[in-house]
Amino acid sequence: MPTSDTQHRGGDAALINASIAELRDGLMTGEYTAADLAAVFAQRIETIDPSLNSLVSRVEPAEPASAAGRLAGIPYVHKDIFCAKGTRTTCGSRMLADWVAPYDSTVHERLTESGAVLLGKANMDEFAMGSSNENSHFGAVANPWDANAVPGGSSGGSAAAVAARLVPFATGTDTGGSIRQPAAFCGVTGIKPTYGRVSRYGMIAYASSFDQGGVIAKSAADCALVLGEMAGFDERDSTSADRPVPDYVAGLDESISGLRVGIPKQWFSDALDPAVGDAVSAAIDELRAAGAETVEIDLPDADIALAAYYLLAPAEASSNLSRFDGVRFGYRCEDPKDLQDLYERTRSEGFGSEVKRRILVGTYALSAGYYDAFYRRAQKARRLVTDHFQRAFEQCDVIAGPVTPTPAFDRGAHSADPAKMYLEDIFTIPVNLAGLPGMSVPAGFVEGRPVGLQLIGRHFDEARLLNVAHQYQQRVDWHERMPSMAADSANDNREG
Amino acid sequence: MSQFAIPSGWEVVIGLEIHAQLATRSKIFSGASTAFGAEPNAQACAVDLGLPGVLPVLNEGAVRMASLFGLAIDAEISRVSSFDRKNYFYPDLPKGYQTTQLARPIVVGGSVTVTTGEGKKAKEHTIRVTRAHLEEDAGKSLHEDFHGMTGIDLNRAGTPLIEIVSEPDMRNPEQAVAYARKVHAIVQYLGICDGNMQEGSFRVDANVSVRPEGDEALGTRTEIKNVNSFRFLQRAIEFEIERQVDLLETGGEVVQATRLYDPDRDETRLMRTKEEADDYRYFPCPDLLPVVLDDETIESWRAELPELPDAKADRYQSEFGLSAYDAGVLTSSRATAEYFEAVIAREGSDAKLAANWVMGEVAALLNRLECEIGECPVPAEKLADLLERIADGTLSNKLGREVFEALAEQGGSVDEIIEARGLKQISDTGAIEAMVDEVIAANPGQVEAYRGGKDKLFGFFVGQVMKAAKGKANPQAVNEVLKRRLDGN
Repeated sequence: MPTSDTQHRGGDAALINASIAELRDGLMTGEYTAADLAAVFAQRIETIDPSLNSLVSRVEPAEPASAAGRLAGIPYVHKDIFCAKGTRTTCGSRMLADWVAPYDSTVHERLTESGAVLLGKANMDEFAMGSSNENSHFGAVANPWDANAVPGGSSGGSAAAVAARLVPFATGTDTGGSIRQPAAFCGVTGIKPTYGRVSRYGMIAYASSFDQGGVIAKSAADCALVLGEMAGFDERDSTSADRPVPDYVAGLDESISGLRVGIPKQWFSDALDPAVGDAVSAAIDELRAAGAETVEIDLPDADIALAAYYLLAPAEASSNLSRFDGVRFGYRCEDPKDLQDLYERTRSEGFGSEVKRRILVGTYALSAGYYDAFYRRAQKARRLVTDHFQRAFEQCDVIAGPVTPTPAFDRGAHSADPAKMYLEDIFTIPVNLAGLPGMSVPAGFVEGRPVGLQLIGRHFDEARLLNVAHQYQQRVDWHERMPSMAADSANDNREG
Repeated sequence: MSQFAIPSGWEVVIGLEIHAQLATRSKIFSGASTAFGAEPNAQACAVDLGLPGVLPVLNEGAVRMASLFGLAIDAEISRVSSFDRKNYFYPDLPKGYQTTQLARPIVVGGSVTVTTGEGKKAKEHTIRVTRAHLEEDAGKSLHEDFHGMTGIDLNRAGTPLIEIVSEPDMRNPEQAVAYARKVHAIVQYLGICDGNMQEGSFRVDANVSVRPEGDEALGTRTEIKNVNSFRFLQRAIEFEIERQVDLLETGGEVVQATRLYDPDRDETRLMRTKEEADDYRYFPCPDLLPVVLDDETIESWRAELPELPDAKADRYQSEFGLSAYDAGVLTSSRATAEYFEAVIAREGSDAKLAANWVMGEVAALLNRLECEIGECPVPAEKLADLLERIADGTLSNKLGREVFEALAEQGGSVDEIIEARGLKQISDTGAIEAMVDEVIAANPGQVEAYRGGKDKLFGFFVGQVMKAAKGKANPQAVNEVLKRRLDGN
């Protein structure tokens, strides 16, 4: 029962719900041109986004740099963490509110070479710190399924834009769940690849040993197509992996019969909303029905992972964000009276409260006398988590479970209690600690809000994750559902 | 010149930290040029500026150069080394942290042998090196010309450095200077650093403490920065020793601090105390992979090592019969050794004569002109020409000096100068015999006295002949002819 409305002004329903492959077919056969496509989606952004606030900037669509690329003529938006030369790149912060990137990120370069057409920069939690997209200098983003709900974060703008069919796909980054959690909350498909699969060059750093770029799209098939263009070794990123990128699309249709799916028993506990648990279990039943076997596995340390993450990521962030000092670029306070004043006021005024909180935590964790108790112990915990995943993968090929403990929560629900907010990441963070690839796949709704199934793979096993997700999506239509606002709000907003 | 002596009853302990800029063409983590002297910020790319999103990529040339240094001092080259971030805010530190190696430096251990004193007083000392690690240089803050503001030049930001940390093995300023000079020579021999102290390519910080003679425990140390010549290093350490001993002898206390040497006032000044020092919050740099080196790579670098100062000095002694002191002076810098070797490259050259000239006339000339041997107005080839003319008897040593001065002042070739000035030595026996006969004829009294046994008068005759020859007669030939004529056979 997909909700769609062929009469709305925001473009042909078939077009906005089409897969990237279908759009490419339309372009190839001359049914429409790249300019037509860009105009359709730009128009949707124009009319629909004011009620979502999913974009921070719009970009005038350029001619595709390549006519033959696999993404030639396909519109998209970047999470506003990716530098694209000549575009404002804010990272959701006042600190960079007016900063125009003077160079291209590798991801942007590759998507451009592939012919993709940039339409805008997506809203996000400031410096990718947040799980609700409420920490943006440019305002909160609405969840297209329910305006009272958060879209998740930090790639909330990207997920909301794809869910509302403003673009066929969006880039995202995932440091502790920032692709998977908003994808789950917004009912779209997202993949966070293995650490090192996608170059981080030109992607503004939050926590360098966790940050990983990825894709949010409507389906696993679309994710496969886009990831194939983004991924690969980059000599400008020393941590990028020098190994070939498989053809993710080619592997989608393989059968998953005999596949061993690990179910982490600790994840289906009291911490999990039972309704979410039911939806996830139903999704796992579908995998079984497709021929997969399930096996119960032990992943006992989600809480340790959470604690370790919230020391290590802030520690790295406290260092990564030192460059925002008002000296060379970005925000600078008015009339500093001396150097100390310049630093203090620039950073006090330029950063939001969550960013400051993490800089403080990270600074503390690295300080003399605390390093061993916090940073070093957290590194040990990280190794422990990684070891447990490795052991689990001796018993299974992929791991399946929930993305989040609950569906999208209400705006403001956690704003008074950051620790509660951090708990939203309890199932996604362990994957980042271990550097594994993870996906979020739409798996139903709880009270009208989407729920995601998380799939976790071995290092560099993205092809298998995409294959499993695609096979699942052959059996269900959750990913084809469109929020009614995406169909109607064009009309609602005609006056505004 | 210096009247300094270590106050009696006290022992001095010195350790040095030397920063040597590596002579790579591009920076340690970016492709920007490292050349000195460009317009401010013309050689700072996105990575050097620390723009949002940029990432470092390690310059392998810097790894090779640091390893060459380690091999040269017989250190261990780490098979795995890694980078850490040292966090602090400063306007010329673009990222808010310096990428350096704390936990796992690339070079561990090793030692440098130095000699202080001359001749019988010469003493050898072995100074142990704790470690040498790779790191990036910061930019420069320019405090002048900006009307109450500070200008930032990031051309230097990201220039590769090795920081060479010694053990506190030095016991007086002379040893410290000798050690610094030796390290300076080694990096130049290796071609890994241009050694220019004025431009800051080679910077020395000295950790100095004093303790009562016989004490085991180290005294509180101070670190002296901003020392940009060997002479200032000596002076800064001397000043600091006197300052510390004065303090302690008058019931005061040495405060652990960083001090700046001010060459104009010849004193050290407090920069910051330990309490004011930053907590650098070191942690492993997540943007860089560990540097892993295999034996094969390290051995290939070992094979690249040139002849180093100590080995060269040994060879000069055994091959040329030079004294240890002379060999030490001639090998003290790569440029001096290269000059000397270019002078003696010619077949039949006389190494001892060349050594005397390089250490005598050439050194005096450089001193007078205040320039380095690389800029010597008399190139090695011309000095070789000159020494050839001395060896073949065309020139006396004295005339040689005159030609050398002419070469220094106006250039030209040795033979042209000899020709133009008529300096050619008279070696023609006939001409000398004629002059000798004249002198004998003109001084019958002296001839008689000489023949009567006054041997000392021989010098008188030599003088007379030389006078007649206007100094150009070959002294050896004059001696021979005179002896023959006077002794009557």
